[in-house]
Amino acid sequence: MSATLATVSYIGATILFILSLGGLSNPESSRRGNLYGMIGMSVAVLATVFGPRVTGAGIPWIIGAMVVGGSIGLYAARVVKMTQMPELVALMHSLVGLAAMLVGFANYIDPAASADLKGAAKSIHEMEIYIGVLIGAVTFSGSVIAFGKLSGKIGGKPMLLPGRHWLNLAGLLIVIWFGWEFLHAISLRDGMTPLVVMTVIALLFGIHMVMAIGGADMPVVVSMLNSYSGWAAAATGFMLNNDLLIVTGALVGSSGAILSYIMCKAMNRHFISVIAGGFGTGGGTPAAAGAQPAGEVVPINAAETAELLREAKNVIIVPGYGMAVAQAQHMVCEITRHLREKGVNVRFGIHPVAGRMPGHMNVLLAEAKVPYDIVFEMDELNEDFPATDVAMVIGANDIVNPAAQEDPASPIAGMPVLEVWKAKTSIVMKRSMASGYAGVDNPLFYKDNNRMLFGDARKMLDEVFAALKA
Amino acid sequence: MSQVIGVPRESAADEKRVATVPEVVEKLIKLGFRVAVESGAGEAANFSDDVYRAAGAEIIGDAARLWAQADIVFKLRGPSAEEIGLLREGGTLVSFIWPAQNPELLQQLAARKATVLAMDSVPRVSRAQKLDALSSMANIAGYRAVIEAAHHFGRFFTGQITAAGKVPPAKVFVIGAGVAGLAAIGAASGLGAIVRANDTRPEVGEQVKSMGGEFVTVDYQEEGSGLGGYAKVMSEGFLKAQAAVFARQAKEVDIIITTALIPGKPAPKLISAEMVKSMKPGSIIVDMAAEQGGNCELTEPHQVVVRHGVTIIGYSDLPSRLAKQSSTLYATNLFRLAEELCKTKDGIVNVNMDDEVIRGTTVIKEGSITWPPPAPKLSAAPPAAAKPGASAPAAGKGHGASAPASAMATAIIFGVAALLFWFVGAYAPQEFLAHFTVFVLACFVGYMVVWNVTPALHTPLMSVTNAISSIIAIGALVQIAPPIPAGGDRPEAWILGLAVSGIALTAINMFGGFAVTQRMLGMFRK
Repeated sequence: MSATLATVSYIGATILFILSLGGLSNPESSRRGNLYGMIGMSVAVLATVFGPRVTGAGIPWIIGAMVVGGSIGLYAARVVKMTQMPELVALMHSLVGLAAMLVGFANYIDPAASADLKGAAKSIHEMEIYIGVLIGAVTFSGSVIAFGKLSGKIGGKPMLLPGRHWLNLAGLLIVIWFGWEFLHAISLRDGMTPLVVMTVIALLFGIHMVMAIGGADMPVVVSMLNSYSGWAAAATGFMLNNDLLIVTGALVGSSGAILSYIMCKAMNRHFISVIAGGFGTGGGTPAAAGAQPAGEVVPINAAETAELLREAKNVIIVPGYGMAVAQAQHMVCEITRHLREKGVNVRFGIHPVAGRMPGHMNVLLAEAKVPYDIVFEMDELNEDFPATDVAMVIGANDIVNPAAQEDPASPIAGMPVLEVWKAKTSIVMKRSMASGYAGVDNPLFYKDNNRMLFGDARKMLDEVFAALKA
Repeated sequence: MSQVIGVPRESAADEKRVATVPEVVEKLIKLGFRVAVESGAGEAANFSDDVYRAAGAEIIGDAARLWAQADIVFKLRGPSAEEIGLLREGGTLVSFIWPAQNPELLQQLAARKATVLAMDSVPRVSRAQKLDALSSMANIAGYRAVIEAAHHFGRFFTGQITAAGKVPPAKVFVIGAGVAGLAAIGAASGLGAIVRANDTRPEVGEQVKSMGGEFVTVDYQEEGSGLGGYAKVMSEGFLKAQAAVFARQAKEVDIIITTALIPGKPAPKLISAEMVKSMKPGSIIVDMAAEQGGNCELTEPHQVVVRHGVTIIGYSDLPSRLAKQSSTLYATNLFRLAEELCKTKDGIVNVNMDDEVIRGTTVIKEGSITWPPPAPKLSAAPPAAAKPGASAPAAGKGHGASAPASAMATAIIFGVAALLFWFVGAYAPQEFLAHFTVFVLACFVGYMVVWNVTPALHTPLMSVTNAISSIIAIGALVQIAPPIPAGGDRPEAWILGLAVSGIALTAINMFGGFAVTQRMLGMFRK
């Protein structure tokens, strides 16, 4: 395959990737979008393998690596539970980061890569390697920590070192200093020390950054890491003078950045303050103590819940992370189907940051075969709560907290929330009275029209369903 | 020593309700009280003495003895002169009082050194909704108004097409969409009528729709919500526009139900004699404001009259006509009040004047008149209260994330961008610029493409972009065996090792990412 043919294939792959992302914009075209992505990737890989820059000697190695990696990937994709999607995605981001690091190092130790570069071009090339490895390392370690937090292997609470912003700043200055050293290194060996030191600092920085972010902000972190993995690919593209990598990396990078922005907006928080971390710690004590909600908590049992649901005309179900933890989505779907057969108008209200990654709840509901046209975004049905008979909150807390609107001193003040308390009756399913990730007490529980159904969501829903059928 | 709650028989002639029901007696006893019921108190509402006795109440035959025994008296209607005389010195009375309309009643009760809680003065805050007897009575009255109208109306409510001909549906116009109005709308549309409704408060339009009615607006700009979610007196211009709307409706509809009341004022006259004349013969007007003077000029309070062929129902005892239901709801309201008064559950009431709800309800405290209460802190009209609450905190916390960036910030961003571009342009070689162009344009393409993705697909989008980012495999591929002569100082083994692991890692991502996306997307279905 000639060089021009390879380039044209790259252009084709680029177009396919853009179509792929575009196709994902709605459920009807999404499967085609994914197909475009696969075709684009195959075109790109084949064009490279049979292109002018790979000789026959490498092909056995490539096939071997592809087979090993591909089978692991396919196996993981098959066995992963939908509730574990955030972990899987985070883990995969770490792989991209690691690969970017490896490619950067390989490129640096390859004298052929920079043989004919002089002056500014050489400096830029080295800077590209440096930045590529940097982003790759941050993505790698950050994603590994995010994976740990999402899978529960590391506690969800933010870890806040004293003077953490200064630590980060110091790290940045050291990285810049070694970057300078690296550019002025004469031999390969001279340059290796700064590169390795920088990699270590970048790894530590990635760990530190994600450790400081609370569990509630995980959707932002996951999409941010997604963005980083794209930038890592783009930096690699610059390093290798490969436009396909640059374009694809930029596409992924900007899409991740937009997702992060959407998530931040949904929480009414600045991107910077999410990244700076520390949300959901004991810092919100004055608000919690000062605005102790008045009123009493009214618990109900499964049979009474069933009764309320049976008599309702309009029901909105608000799922949260608790539903995912309890694996209750299938039961929710059974109840929904039952109620819909009885003529009850059941809809789902999804908060943009419900769950641990963007769109997490939608995926779980889709897995349980809830039709997507009864699943609505917060903005689409927030106004319908006053006309709703029963709003059922399953394992969610902060996203239905009226304090966000009513209490300016609350740590979550101003965050858009689902206004379930405006429904005639709201039922909150929860394991206990414990506060959510934001650590804020929820006045909803004390409202007159609110009922609490305590217990594991799955078990409680089983009982509700049994009572509904009886 | 626990206190005795006394429930006398209502003395008013046509009052069928009773202030407590057996079911609630049990709950009151659980609160620690003893309950005494006058013999025959619940008879008109179909609760016999035996049922009360079975629930644990003491039945007392003689009214005077009951009043003498009771520490707290639960009643519906305000006490008659005779009953005031029976009330124990320093006793507690809970009933409807209407202090604004009955100042002399207030004086007489104060003279008895009584503590009086007026169920009509419960503050309209959300915490007090469970005590709101006005709402529960209005709800019943609204329902009953429709039933009375149906009783006098010569036709079906619902439209039908039968073998014997077509029946048009009845058209009902409800004026005032408070609790009573909404209940009437619900009952009438439940019977199959076409229901329209009007209210001076525009925000209730949604509630009207939710009950199955159609909201008729008056084309005149004026906000009609007064303090505490009640209506207020409107301007003359508005009234004119409103009268025109009503006149038009009067010609069209079969039944008019009026519920318009303004607190502490005579009911507004909304239906003129001309409008009545313009209605079809056989039409019905139910004037639920009859007791406060009526919304219709021709209403005779407490009576049903026929004027110009239109039956005008002026009953003022609609809740009492559904005695069992209204007794049960009222009794529950009183029980909720008892709970508030007796937080310790030891059967001793504590009229805590620091409690906003109790403060508002109490019109006489140990002989001194405490009515009217200070203005409530919180209006019950939710939209007005919630909106400033939602926007203020955003400013207070400094998280104005959604606000458009200020001109200053925009200028700074553009300045920095310009500087960066200048720097790149000044120092970077030609080849880098080509890549840079591609990079910047691709960022914008990504932005444009992704911006419209529905939130439901965020997870699949992320996993597909993740799969696509394994394009970095290309970087590893081109290093594995480049077309350059072997030898020299190229550390082949190292590069090969790094590149092969890179390929394996990205392959996991590539295959896994696309496969899992496919799996997810397969689940999304209509």
